[in-house]
Amino acid sequence: MVIHRIEVGTRDGIDDARGRAALAAAAAAGVDPLPSRIRCSRVYLLDGDLDSTELAAVQSDLLGNPVTEDAVTGARDSGCHSVIEVHPLPGVMDPDADSVQLAIHSLLGRTVNIRTGVRYDMEGIDTEDARDLARRCLANTLIHHVHEGPYHPDSFLEGTDRIVEMPTIPLRDLDDDGLQKLSREGHLFLSLEEMQEIRSYYREAGRDPREIELETLAQTWSEHCVHKTLKATIAYEGPLPHGDRPGHVPIEGGRTRIDNLLKSTVAAATHELMADGIDWCLSVFVDNAGIIAFDETHAVCFKAETHNHPSALEPYGGAATGIGGCIRDVIGTGLAAKPIAATDIFCVAPLDTVDPPAGCLHPRRILSQVVGGVRDYGNRMGIPTLNGAVWFDDRHVGNPLVFCGCIGLMPRTLTHGDPQPGDRIIAMGGRTGRDGIHGATFSSAELTDSHADEFSHAVQIGNAITEKKMLDAILQARDHDGGPLYSAITDCGAGGFSSAVGEMGETLGAEVDLEKAPLKYAGLTASEIWISEAQERMVLAVPADKVRALQDICDANEVEMCDLGHFGNDRRELILRHHGTEVGRLSMELLHEGIPQSTKEARWSDPVQEPAGTQTMSVEDLLIGLLSHPNICSKERIIRQYDHEVQGRSVLRPMVGVHGNGPGDAAVIKPVADSNQGLGIGNGLATGLEEDPYLMVLAAIDECIRNLVCVGTDPERIAILDNFCWPGCNDPESLGLLVRAAEGCYDGAKAYRAPFISGKDSLNNQFTTEDGETIRIPPTLLISGMGIVKDIESCVTMDAKQAGNVLVCIGETTAAMGGSHALKICPDLQGDRSLPRTDLQAGPERARLVADIIAGRLAESAHDCSEGGLLLAAVEMAMAGGLGLSLESDKVVGELDLLTGCFAETPSRYLLEVRSDRLQEIESMLQGHPMTVLGSFTDDSTLVMDELRLDMSVLQDAWTNGLVI
Amino acid sequence: MSGSSLYNAIMTERPTALILTAPGINCDEELCEAFTLAGANPIRVHIKQLVENPERLDEADLIGLPGGFSYGDAVAAGRIAAQVIRAHLWDGLRRAIERGVPMIAPCNGFQIAVQAGLLPGPDPDADLTDTPPSPRVALVDNESARFIDRWVRVEYPTDTICIWTRGLEPEPGGAMLPIAHGEGRFMSGGQLDSLQDSGRVAVRYAADDDPNGSEGAVAGICDASGLILGLMPHPERYTRWTQHPSWTRHGLDQLEGDPPGLAMFRNAVAWVRSHKSAAMQA
Repeated sequence: MVIHRIEVGTRDGIDDARGRAALAAAAAAGVDPLPSRIRCSRVYLLDGDLDSTELAAVQSDLLGNPVTEDAVTGARDSGCHSVIEVHPLPGVMDPDADSVQLAIHSLLGRTVNIRTGVRYDMEGIDTEDARDLARRCLANTLIHHVHEGPYHPDSFLEGTDRIVEMPTIPLRDLDDDGLQKLSREGHLFLSLEEMQEIRSYYREAGRDPREIELETLAQTWSEHCVHKTLKATIAYEGPLPHGDRPGHVPIEGGRTRIDNLLKSTVAAATHELMADGIDWCLSVFVDNAGIIAFDETHAVCFKAETHNHPSALEPYGGAATGIGGCIRDVIGTGLAAKPIAATDIFCVAPLDTVDPPAGCLHPRRILSQVVGGVRDYGNRMGIPTLNGAVWFDDRHVGNPLVFCGCIGLMPRTLTHGDPQPGDRIIAMGGRTGRDGIHGATFSSAELTDSHADEFSHAVQIGNAITEKKMLDAILQARDHDGGPLYSAITDCGAGGFSSAVGEMGETLGAEVDLEKAPLKYAGLTASEIWISEAQERMVLAVPADKVRALQDICDANEVEMCDLGHFGNDRRELILRHHGTEVGRLSMELLHEGIPQSTKEARWSDPVQEPAGTQTMSVEDLLIGLLSHPNICSKERIIRQYDHEVQGRSVLRPMVGVHGNGPGDAAVIKPVADSNQGLGIGNGLATGLEEDPYLMVLAAIDECIRNLVCVGTDPERIAILDNFCWPGCNDPESLGLLVRAAEGCYDGAKAYRAPFISGKDSLNNQFTTEDGETIRIPPTLLISGMGIVKDIESCVTMDAKQAGNVLVCIGETTAAMGGSHALKICPDLQGDRSLPRTDLQAGPERARLVADIIAGRLAESAHDCSEGGLLLAAVEMAMAGGLGLSLESDKVVGELDLLTGCFAETPSRYLLEVRSDRLQEIESMLQGHPMTVLGSFTDDSTLVMDELRLDMSVLQDAWTNGLVI
Repeated sequence: MSGSSLYNAIMTERPTALILTAPGINCDEELCEAFTLAGANPIRVHIKQLVENPERLDEADLIGLPGGFSYGDAVAAGRIAAQVIRAHLWDGLRRAIERGVPMIAPCNGFQIAVQAGLLPGPDPDADLTDTPPSPRVALVDNESARFIDRWVRVEYPTDTICIWTRGLEPEPGGAMLPIAHGEGRFMSGGQLDSLQDSGRVAVRYAADDDPNGSEGAVAGICDASGLILGLMPHPERYTRWTQHPSWTRHGLDQLEGDPPGLAMFRNAVAWVRSHKSAAMQA
């Protein structure tokens, strides 16, 4: 068979936007020498019997556009330019190739194997420089091959079928050193205690484990899957915040034993709130996402996850598969929810980083490709991405954080599912390949400069259309006339079939015939099939008499499904077969209850407060510096790449205001077509207060609530999620930080009556450079929140509406400047260095009062006062409204010094724009909470504060152009 | 049934809107909702079912090609869906065109329609042939080479023959529509003047608000009959005022009547009803 090559490029005289974009990306990356021009063409390699007429038809009708493009067979002459081609490595997901293959099948009725690539003609640089440029900006050698010149192979590399005997691992006779060596070299990442537990199980069983059994245990017991640190018993040494704490027992040495940290803090708060009147939590912590009631007939669920390690190595694929996995979690919640909104929060190193350590991609490339991955996957899935944030810190150079969230809508009757004995194990969606093997264990390890080589197989590219088709089919199966065609559903995420089937079969047992799984290519071993984390797959428990109906739905939607076996056996075992031979047998008891409980030491002491700084700055310089600080400035260049409108449910989007460029506090959607009830979506992140994670978490919860309240969300109906990303937890000090954060979750959730409903952790985010230096991320806790908006018509936005209206601050600024952005701009700035404390009495009360003011339609606009402080938030309101602002400094600063009053980041403050004739009514509602009239909005496009006069356009420019990607 | 009660029945019945879906199409839901609000009865049909039963197109009073990423927009946006239509559905669509069925194709639907031969379609006096016309205009990568989502200011040319956008009134603050696409730059293939002169530009971006570098700021065109509209903006995402990007500024009491997106669908439903009643009277 011959491989045909077809090349398609923009016709001369027609703008080649992709070529220009490639050149711009190279320029932004500082590539030198730069070509004078890059021309971009698409390359298709076709392996199949096509006669010349068919080939011509494929070339002219399918692959080229007769109006704007030229398509040629073979390769165009390169002239004097350097030609570089970028092609996916064999086995790497190539979504375009899949679609073209499907199209040719539809047109010619035949299967032709396709591979795609991109050709870059670079003018004015030599081939070596062109190759360097491609490696830096256009290709990632983990997944791409960079060819010099047009690539036209004689044949495609194909796998061959093979049945390999399942290896047995001699483990019973290993000593402790041997166990640790096996754990590390086999990429199991299990602790010594866990390896010892496994050894004693097999000693008792009188045999050694087979490879697939050990892999299953490693996946199931991974930090990623069981959160063993957060569930460990902890011996904690150090002060605790006041108040009774469940599961906290005093032990010797003045220490405290905490039994199961997660259960005693995050989950305890939820269960106490549920016992104390919160009746709208429908499913917490047990499913793939947490579920709350939306109205009488609908429920909404929310899940947020991170995909940090894959995004460090291959940001585009890592982020895309991150959002893809989170969407599948929502689809796999209860008996399936329909995804209706997505969120994304990224933490990366500053874009002006010079020479990141070996093994790290440049943060500019990471950020732009992470955005691209979320964009392409979320947009293709037809899910609006509505809320997010970007945070910059040097320490993310080796460990960027990529948080993806997804919200789903489901009938209240379908919030729970359980597999029944005899149910068939049906896998649906994408095929299984060698991609993504060891993702769960990889994510539980720390990164080093050699990880890119060692774990390249954990890196994947997603195919959103496979997932979209699967979603369409699942929703049809869920809404089938006679009720759902399945009794349980879950996603195939970390650990692949191993985790999905292992979890679903926990109480029943399961038997699996591995050869039934459709493969992307031949040659996978049984272990590889079992633990592959290939994307876009779900597992369903389907009663045998409903398999046919499900198959029909899959066929109609062009979705593949397969019957892997059944749930239920006498001894509650997991039995794995390959072509009829048993290759693995494990008791579900060992798998799910066998993991040894460990006690971990944690230590904490209050940070020593730094002395006050000595420098001062002008308000003007500091304000402009803050407006252009990357954490604060406009993210419009990112946000506009996401579809916020798809599904037609959006009410408030991420950007608001007269020109649609103001930073909205939270998004609001209208999930149900015939109801005016809305859902607010927001987040809180207060990494600046990392010195004390307890205060950091309280501030993040307060911020999340403030954001939601400012758009009109009812603070009594807010549910939140926790996502811990920690530098590591293997030493008592790091674990002490985690304990402090968890205590903050408990106190914050209870004070605000905002239950946690779901959470996730990623606890090994440190990078060891080739010089042996370890870079640890700041402890990070993202709070995501959603809440009910009773009537979307009473929503408000943050943009100032009308000159003459007054600006009031509800809440009080305190002197604590610790962790503020002002200190990031000027580290030696004078002023109090203590960390701001969230007042757990006043904060929730104020949220309720502000919500009442908004619901009473007494506020024209409302804005959360957070990063950058009060003056910055006030300026944002004026800018978004296209207005000026006149303030009185003594009102802004009160008893404080000028810079502190303007720029302190005290929690629990709200800015409201109100008509002056409503001031009295508002004040009477506040029950003594401080309210200050700061000034008023004007139509003369200046910011005036006493002697200070600044042109709003100068401020707008600083804010708009702070982040260029 | 008497003539007048039959007339009343036609004026109140819900015409059938066939919504074509395909792998990766994802704006079918809001398109259905827009048709429902406008008084039609939408039915979603998967392209695979339609290829197996093309005569289902004969049931349609209206046809919608929704937005999304059909087949992942592999090769180019809308390309593969367009080829499937050309190969398997042209006959059925030709019959629909001959029956005078209004069609709307927002975003990916527009990208499909221009490559399937539906738009700009055959010349006014040319007969429909067995084979679909070759593509004559194109929608290519945005000038910025990026996907962009925002609301843009638009104009509805007063001389348009398009039944969907004819007579639309701009809302307070100026006419706007949402866009969300990466490949929406209109290339006329040398036909800009003839499209403009024949009233076939149905929507135009405001001169200073062209988001993608389209030739002549063209945002949407119609066929020679004025019945088939393709446009990059999404009118189906503008059927209630709380979708307007700055509705909190204008106040809902200032925003009256139908949002322009919904008005387009009402135009088409009204056209179908009056067309049917005219046919009845004839």
